Amino acid sequence: MQRIVISAISGGLFGAGLLVSGMTDTNKVQGWLDVFGAWDPTLAFVLGGAILPMLVAWHLTTKRAVSLVGNPFPSKPDPRLGHNLIIGSVLFGAGWGLAGLCPGPAIASLSWGGTGGIAFILAMIAGMMAAPALRLRIDRIAAI
Amino acid sequence: MQTDWIWGLVGGLMIGTAAAIFLLGNGRIMGASGIIGGLVDRTGLSTWAERATFLAALVIVPALMLPLYRVEVSTNITSNLAVVIAGGLLVGLGTRLANGCTSGHGVCGISRFSLRGIVATVFYLLAGGITMVLFRHLLGVI
Repeated sequence: MQRIVISAISGGLFGAGLLVSGMTDTNKVQGWLDVFGAWDPTLAFVLGGAILPMLVAWHLTTKRAVSLVGNPFPSKPDPRLGHNLIIGSVLFGAGWGLAGLCPGPAIASLSWGGTGGIAFILAMIAGMMAAPALRLRIDRIAAI
Repeated sequence: MQTDWIWGLVGGLMIGTAAAIFLLGNGRIMGASGIIGGLVDRTGLSTWAERATFLAALVIVPALMLPLYRVEVSTNITSNLAVVIAGGLLVGLGTRLANGCTSGHGVCGISRFSLRGIVATVFYLLAGGITMVLFRHLLGVI
C-alpha cells in the first residue's frame, strides 16, 4: 500500500512539474532545440532545477541501506556505453524534435492534447513494442 | 515571456522532487519511458500496480490543475499527423533501445554522474537540434 501512495505522489508531482515548467508545450521544447531559430532557454532551467533535488537524493542513498518501503536502491548501471545507447538516444532525440513531446509530457498532457497527443502516444507504444526486434537486429549487425 | 525561466525552474524543482520521492521511497528510478515501456513489453508486470498508479496520477493531477490557468493551456502539437506518428514511433523505439529518456537519463542519470546518462543526454540533444535544422529550416515541415 505504501509503495502505491508513494507512486501516486511522485507521478502527480511529476505531472504538475511538467505542466508548470512548460514541458507539455511543444513550442517550448522545439524552441529549446531550435538553436538557429528563436532559441528558448527555458528547458535548461527545467533540467537544472530537476537535477538539484536528485543530487541530494542520490547523496542520501549512500547514508541509508534501503528505501522507505524496504527495496534496495538501484545499483550503478553497467558503465559501458554500447551501440544501443547511442543509436537509441539519436532516434529518441529525432522523434523528440519532430513532435516536441517526450514520454512524460505526452502522458501528462493526455487530457488536453487532443487527437495529436493521442496519436503520438499510440505511435510511441507501437515503437516500444517494436523495440526488442530492432535491438536484436542491431545486435546481430554489430556482432559481424 | 520573460518569466518563463522562473516557471521552468519551479517546475524543474517539482520534477526533481518527484524523482527524489520515487527513489528514496520506492527505491526506483523515475524514468517515464521505463515506467510505460515495462507495461508495454510486459517486462515490468511484477510492479504493474506501482507503474499504473504513477501513470494515472501523471494524467489526473495536471488535468485538475488546468482551471488554475487563466489562459487556455495547449500542447501546440502539430496538426501534421505524419510528423506526429513518425515522432512517436522514433521516441518509442529510441527510449527502449537507449533504456531511458529525458527523465531517466537526463534527470536521474546526470544527477548520479552516470556516464551513460550524460552521453545519452548529449546525443539526444544533438539529434533533436539537428532535426530542427533539417525539418524546420531546410525542409520546413515542422
